[in-house]
Amino acid sequence: MTDSELKIKSVLLRKNLLKYIYKAKAGHTGGSLSCVDTLNVLYNRVLNVDPADFKNPNRDRYIQSKGHCVEALFVTLADRGFFPESDLETLCQYQSHYIGHPTKKVNGVEQNTGALGHGLPICVGEAIAAKLDGKSHRVFTLLGDGEMPEGSNWEAFLSAAHYKLDNLYAILDNNKQQITGSNQEVMNTDSLREKLEAFGWAVREVDGHDLDQLEKALNQGPLEAGKPSFVIAHTIKGKGISYMESVLKWHHGVPSPEQYELAMTELDTAEAQI
Amino acid sequence: MELDKLAEMDLRMGKANQEIFAETLEKLAAKDRDIVAVTSDSRGSGKLVPFGQKFPQQIVEVGIAEQNLVGVAAGLASAGKKAFAVSPACFLTARALEQIKNDVAYSDNPVKLVGISAGVSYGALGTTHHSLHDFAALRAINNLIIVAPADNFETEQAVLLASQSSSPVYLRFGKKAMPFLSEENQKFEFGKARIVREGSDLTIIANGETVYPAWKAAKALDERHGISAKVVSMHTIKPLDTQLLDGLAAKRKPIITVEEHMVNGGLGEACASYLFQKGARNRFQIMGIPDEYTVTGSQMEILGHYGISPEGILARAEQLLK
Ligand SMILES: Cc1ncc(C[n+]2csc(CCOP(=O)(O)OP(=O)(O)O)c2C)c(N)n1
Ligand SMILES: [Mg+2]
Repeated sequence: MTDSELKIKSVLLRKNLLKYIYKAKAGHTGGSLSCVDTLNVLYNRVLNVDPADFKNPNRDRYIQSKGHCVEALFVTLADRGFFPESDLETLCQYQSHYIGHPTKKVNGVEQNTGALGHGLPICVGEAIAAKLDGKSHRVFTLLGDGEMPEGSNWEAFLSAAHYKLDNLYAILDNNKQQITGSNQEVMNTDSLREKLEAFGWAVREVDGHDLDQLEKALNQGPLEAGKPSFVIAHTIKGKGISYMESVLKWHHGVPSPEQYELAMTELDTAEAQI
Repeated sequence: MELDKLAEMDLRMGKANQEIFAETLEKLAAKDRDIVAVTSDSRGSGKLVPFGQKFPQQIVEVGIAEQNLVGVAAGLASAGKKAFAVSPACFLTARALEQIKNDVAYSDNPVKLVGISAGVSYGALGTTHHSLHDFAALRAINNLIIVAPADNFETEQAVLLASQSSSPVYLRFGKKAMPFLSEENQKFEFGKARIVREGSDLTIIANGETVYPAWKAAKALDERHGISAKVVSMHTIKPLDTQLLDGLAAKRKPIITVEEHMVNGGLGEACASYLFQKGARNRFQIMGIPDEYTVTGSQMEILGHYGISPEGILARAEQLLK
């Protein structure tokens, strides 16, 4: 896939996630739009995973800690052929496996997440197991910035550095907002880079909507030998839809028919410009 | 839904219990500066955004950190504040269980734990967001009053009583609008069940949002079969109203319990444990969520799937009385 095809895919994934949120009348719109570029890069450039052989023990692991942004994950998995995209017609319906958080009933999903602060500790366990077994696969997680105050994350930060887990990559979707307001207002987590470095992690900051920067940060081995890697992806909540960008209510807002049309028009324009 | 229409004509509709919680807390806070709400990025779901605007000095936000939420509330309570720790019931009672056990209950700091969007209120968000374990987990902790109010009246009373309580209290609320279930019976006390419908052939004991479907089922039993069913709101699951249960045991009429909780360790098992150790001979059925991976869907779809609906309760009663 060429770089511009990858860029077009980001637009397509945005269209798809909006389509299914609109249809289900539910979903975490803003945070899905902020992390979908990361997912695109992970699944199309970074992760060694095979939809036809997902359980292969040597696969790279991706565990989405910010599980509420499942719509971005589902459309990316569908696009990679983990399941037919039409399955998503049943999103959030009675007896569907496609619910509002990742579940292992869906091919391609590693763990059942949704309560924040769970992804990283599980990844630490996966990464330790890989080391114990002498395996070379890597382990990735995606965290929300509002999720950072969960104590379990900081417990796992210590463990990861203690065990020198340079096969572990945590990506922070740093969109600066959560439900009640900005991270600044709700619970200040400033100087994250310094905090993480003090905890023994190697840190890199990237533009989380720049596919090339994301790929370079995630696909060239650990940021520093012998240390876990922390990639701060600076993002915009609601990225790509003008009226959603950094507007709080789109955390789990669902577009009206007119808003949906407008969003699709904006994405058509974005696609034409690539 | 025939049964739904039938009942809605008779009852005055109210708001969601968690809205009444927030409104009541605002009234209290206006008069008492020791009332403090503690939130974990949860004030929106807890309907506390206006509270935060009106009383910025009486809200403590801890961010998404439920263990910290309960620990901080324990400290506030210890220092004399009337601390209401408000978070979705699923996270509050699972993530922060040890803080509840040690820092609140064991250390006797009278925190008011408020579990919002309880049971399967979050529907298709799935099991991470459901609280089907909270009665069971909290019943096994000494020194905690556990209350699931049925309607807006019970909710207001429960919040008022909790604010005055010197013991720790857990209040459990749903997010569906509830009707006023009994305009006549306006007595409310922790540990004293509230009878919302009188009857003599059968008793349905429910709590929280399941009292309403139980009420509808009782009405249908009367209209379809002339069966008279008593409906009890056992809002306080701990301490249980044993006096009421003694009365039911003496009458020996069948009992059905209904709860938006797993059948393990909840309202039904609490009643059964008391009744059968007392030698009760009533026929007895527990309705709740079974011990399995919960079916996916909306709250109503999940409850309907497991028969925790007017139709389901009606069918169970018909079967039991055959
Ligand atoms: C343990 C836990 N507490 C609370 C929630 C409810 N919740 C879901 S999303 C969210 C805000 C998350 O903010 P952030 O991590 O910044 O996510 P993003 O901005 O990427 O959507 C909250 C509080 C949860 N899912 N899990
Ligand atoms: Mg965020």
